[in-house]
Amino acid sequence: MIFRGDEPEQIGLLKKLYPKGNYFMQGDEAIAYGALFAGCRFYAGYPITPASEIAETMARELPKVRGYYIQMEDEIASIAAVIGASWTGFKSMTATSGPGFSLMQENLGYAVFTETPLVLVDVQRSGPSTGQATKGAQGDFFQARWGTHGDHPIIAISPTSVEDSFWETIRAFNLSEKFRIPVVLLADGIIGHTREQIRIPDPEEVEIVYRKLPANEEESKYPFGDVHGDLVPPMPLFGNGYFTHVTGSTHKESGLRDVYTPEVHDRLVRRLHKKLEVHESEIQKWEEYYTEDADILLVSWGVSARPSLGAVIEARKRGIKVGLFVPKTVHPFPGRRIRELSKNVQTILVPEMNLGQMVLEVQRFVREEVPVIGVNKIGGVPLTMEEILKEIESSAERSRHRSAD
Amino acid sequence: MAKEIYTKYKMAKYLRKEALPTALCPGCGGGTVLNAFANAIDQLKIDPRDLVVVSGIGCSAWIASPYFLADTLHTTHGRAIAYATGVKVGLPDKKVVVISGDGDLAGIGGNHLLHAARRNIDITVILVNNFIYGMTGGQVAPTTPFGAVTTTTPYRNVEHPLKIAETVASAGASYVARWTTFHVYQLIESIKKALTVKGFSLVEAISQCPVQFGRRNRMKTPAEMLRWFQKNSVPISKAKTLSPEELEGKIIVGELVNREKPEFTEELNFLIEEVAKQYGLGDKNAD
Ligand SMILES: Cc1ncc(C[n+]2csc(CCOP(=O)(O)OP(=O)(O)O)c2C)c(N)n1
Ligand code: SF4
Repeated sequence: MIFRGDEPEQIGLLKKLYPKGNYFMQGDEAIAYGALFAGCRFYAGYPITPASEIAETMARELPKVRGYYIQMEDEIASIAAVIGASWTGFKSMTATSGPGFSLMQENLGYAVFTETPLVLVDVQRSGPSTGQATKGAQGDFFQARWGTHGDHPIIAISPTSVEDSFWETIRAFNLSEKFRIPVVLLADGIIGHTREQIRIPDPEEVEIVYRKLPANEEESKYPFGDVHGDLVPPMPLFGNGYFTHVTGSTHKESGLRDVYTPEVHDRLVRRLHKKLEVHESEIQKWEEYYTEDADILLVSWGVSARPSLGAVIEARKRGIKVGLFVPKTVHPFPGRRIRELSKNVQTILVPEMNLGQMVLEVQRFVREEVPVIGVNKIGGVPLTMEEILKEIESSAERSRHRSAD
Repeated sequence: MAKEIYTKYKMAKYLRKEALPTALCPGCGGGTVLNAFANAIDQLKIDPRDLVVVSGIGCSAWIASPYFLADTLHTTHGRAIAYATGVKVGLPDKKVVVISGDGDLAGIGGNHLLHAARRNIDITVILVNNFIYGMTGGQVAPTTPFGAVTTTTPYRNVEHPLKIAETVASAGASYVARWTTFHVYQLIESIKKALTVKGFSLVEAISQCPVQFGRRNRMKTPAEMLRWFQKNSVPISKAKTLSPEELEGKIIVGELVNREKPEFTEELNFLIEEVAKQYGLGDKNAD
């Protein structure tokens, strides 16, 4: 692990192994390198297309930095091992795709409830079921949010390019460590398998966050208590003689199970939600292009944000005032900003590679007068700039008619 | 009440006071297993700070988690061994112990059990086999004897039970033993051995669940169940001389396997040191 205190050696090593400069690589590889730079030193996984290259890269690179790779017997075991390793102090990761993500859901819920930092990469592929196993898609937007049962918060992040995959993986680790919550990296098979140029930075350029540890014996007694008033309890790691009890049952601040007192459950689950609400501004991230004077707003995420940007630029050349909003943190959804932007636009278009998922989140935040229209494509082939442009033009046409009435 | 138990019971120093009294039914074999485990730890003079105990879901999973005073990880149903694998890799110098039920470890979690044995990762598993899903109300388990009555086999069980210890032994574990809660001293000795052996070790503890199993199978009391264990147990040496027909319905007790072979976390660390050195990381133990 990049142990606290081990950084100088690790930084030197990263510099030597991956000298800064331009590389040509796949999104999957960029995710793996992002993890290495973020300090991930434990990976457990099970092969699945289109995520396997992450495992292969980790298996090759981790031992070089004294990290651990284990191929487990299935995805359930993979995330379980990752949770176990996280409680010993490792920054840990697993990566999978559709069917494997489904298998991980129960233990993802365990990680949420026990406030275990980890990064779960879902390189989305076409579904349902085995679907088009080798094709990319964006159909897991809600699986990331609601795949596990019960009321729970989650953080999910979605990168838009190979280079972005590197940096967003680092951000996923940092958020996970900072807020003691599993973070889902919602990548997709298209970026995962695309090769692009990326700049590998000096490790010093990379901000690394470590989870908070108990400052003393007293703090260690409340692994699930709001010890510091910031709603994020320090994490007493196993092996330090704290006698920590961790359970996926409803627990008191001490960690001990109490499934009978309504207040205990209420207090715990509400704190978990509040933890993200209070720190929302640190968690949310988005990009905006030409939104200042836009009549039409595109909201698009992940792989679809790229043809969307192309379409916006082309439409602007044709005199249509269109802007683009790209959520990088897709959960919690940056709806407030979309609400603000929606006040000045006539139409919102939501291009995504599914039959309409994020579009529902957008709709929740927009007044009824503004039509929110999905631009959807499935079948494993990404949306093209032209397809999106066509929708922009017909929307522009419609609003011209409307203003003519 | 908790205080009283705490002062009377010699092994109480190993228990999490705040969690007592246990939620186990009176006469449950789980208490015997907890006692045996505590005694094994005591006799080996293992500092509980050097222990991480992991369990799944079920009555038997509660034996050590939360009751044993160590770092305890109470996981999802069936997944304890997979969680423990991550813990062991992170803390190779600690004793990582899994205590859980037969349904948990051999039913839903059967695959993890086999693969941990195959990997030969240095984890000690105490599998409490009470022939039933106790916690959920006495449904049929993969260990329920042929012909037994449970809440989901109300007429009789037409499936055959899994021989867990034999299966794990052939999957590649370093140490495998089976005893019943009648064989308390042997059980303690086997747990001690399992804890000392390097590699994957399994101690199957056949245990009474008078409430969910015994009651429906003409053994209402814990004592009747223990007598059944006593009458039906056959030491492994003797079992070798008996025919399969003679062994029908018997409980074979003793050590099935005790062997040395390369252990997973150690091999993984050797490999990492080798690769790390090749790529220029200094020797971890140099200074
Ligand atoms: C995924 C999942 N399926 C089912 C359950 C319900 N469940 C709780 S305990 C249990 C059986 C436990 O049986 P066993 O491991 O034999 O333990 P015992 O209670 O008999 O000691 C089941 C099925 C669960 N918690 N999670
Ligand atoms: S139901 Fe059976 S296994 Fe569970 S505590 Fe009661 S006696 Fe023990």
